[in-house]
Amino acid sequence: MSTETMSATETASRPASFASSRRWLLWSGIAALCAWVLVPIYLVALGALGGRQGVYIWPKTGLPTGISLEPFILFLKTEGVVQSFLNSLGAAGITVALSILLGAPAGYALARYDFRGKDSYRLLVLLTRAFPLAILALPLTVSFIRLGLYDTIIGVGLIHTVLALPFAALVTQGIFLGVPKELEEAAWVFGCTRVQAFFKVVAPLALPGIVATAVFAFVISWNEVFAASVLTVRNRTLTAYLLTVLSESPMHYRFAGGLMLILPSVVFIFAVRRYLFAIWGISSK
Amino acid sequence: MTQNRPWIPYLLILPSVAFLALLFVVPLVQTIWLALSDNGAPSLANAERMVTDINFTRSVRNTFLLTIVVVPVQIAIALAMGTMVAKVGRGRETILWIWTIPLGISDLAAGLVWLSILQNTGYFNSLLFSLGVIGRQASWLSYQTPVALFIAIAVAEIWRGTAIVMVIIVAGLNQVPKEFKEAAEIFGAGPWTRFWRITLPLIRPALQSALILRTVLAFEVFAVVYALGGRNFPVLVGEAYNWQNQNQNYSVAAVYAVLIMIISLAATLIYLKALKVDPERLP
Repeated sequence: MSTETMSATETASRPASFASSRRWLLWSGIAALCAWVLVPIYLVALGALGGRQGVYIWPKTGLPTGISLEPFILFLKTEGVVQSFLNSLGAAGITVALSILLGAPAGYALARYDFRGKDSYRLLVLLTRAFPLAILALPLTVSFIRLGLYDTIIGVGLIHTVLALPFAALVTQGIFLGVPKELEEAAWVFGCTRVQAFFKVVAPLALPGIVATAVFAFVISWNEVFAASVLTVRNRTLTAYLLTVLSESPMHYRFAGGLMLILPSVVFIFAVRRYLFAIWGISSK
Repeated sequence: MTQNRPWIPYLLILPSVAFLALLFVVPLVQTIWLALSDNGAPSLANAERMVTDINFTRSVRNTFLLTIVVVPVQIAIALAMGTMVAKVGRGRETILWIWTIPLGISDLAAGLVWLSILQNTGYFNSLLFSLGVIGRQASWLSYQTPVALFIAIAVAEIWRGTAIVMVIIVAGLNQVPKEFKEAAEIFGAGPWTRFWRITLPLIRPALQSALILRTVLAFEVFAVVYALGGRNFPVLVGEAYNWQNQNQNYSVAAVYAVLIMIISLAATLIYLKALKVDPERLP
């Protein structure tokens, strides 16, 4: 990072020692907080790649010695791991599809129309936030058994959609508000139907934001532990699988599982980093 | 634009309303009924069973203690992060990305991450050993060390959950107009006064939603506890999980669920009242 250039411009305008010591304090604070986030991830990765021997090295140095991909691949070959990984992907896929398909139209309605009941609808959506939603999986067990949805990826996807849908509706509202109404109206003037205008003018402009929303829905589902564990027995998602085998797995398997959970979400957060603050600015209003 | 076809917005919100009715409102009512009935008649038997359970008091105490410790620390760190990053020009994007990484990390993964650090042959013990603080491996996560286990869980929760607070607060800080600060500076307000008198009141809506979100999530704490301490540290959701999956008693699990909902709703209402946001005074 560009510490030197910053402090150089700074010292030109202010008394040198005072400004530079404040700069130094600021950057050491920032560096400490970056380390606070990154070092634990690095350490669990070492644990995941260190294998059985790695766990018992004492005392540990924290240096990447004796690591290889082999222990991680062995973990992947353990029965149930790949299947639960695929199940997690499936549940997250269903969550993304449903929360966008159901949430984006609602977001569009909130952004473009004034209608009676709008406030009640917003209240319903906001109300979901005050509830620990995953807990609702408890009574659903019974109904899901009856409907044949218990222990299926679709069932897990449905309950995860309850978590992601309110979020998707609020965020897409903000995204559609950001697309100028005039553009849409111009399209009508030029003879587009409403539907055409939406897909030819509004949708392309809103697309990046909607993709970011979809990524969030994915992460919400990917990381959810409680509902997934309650609603599945054999078709477990990765989180549910790890939770149930936790007490009988060796340490390095637990670390490998942790790393496997972390990697995809980190990539996804990186992909939507530009939208993070815009999205939360909107959804926390 | 809505006069000729007033049904359009309703058509657009209908699918989501139907979905939420089926999978949010119905299970909500079911949970409450399941909790407060016994063999089809209203009854407090399940609640009694929950209250007399050996782990009940401990799980209530543990959950509250965790929330009371974790949430304020997260808000404080997030405010520090927001204030620091506001002073940075180049490199801001990278720093913010690093700080938001935990946003994508599940509580289970966070528990496993800190397990790798705090287990007996882990990095924390290694560090203490090389500094000469401890002579042999110390254990932090057993039921014999409840305080250390509590601190470990709190640290893991703070590590993971601060990111979301930070994002909300930075989004709030971004909306504060520069003029306010400049005006305060001209009138001679120091950085500390500016923070308490200008910035903090102006980001009240952001603070409010961060507090609500984090507190509700803190009462739901479960997997991080399970990953670090197994069943050595009972919490409310963990008890609900055990009653449902191990004991197969859905009714007592439902009472726990209702209790968690009541606590969450109460916390939300308290925040809404205590941090009343006046729409007129927003920037």
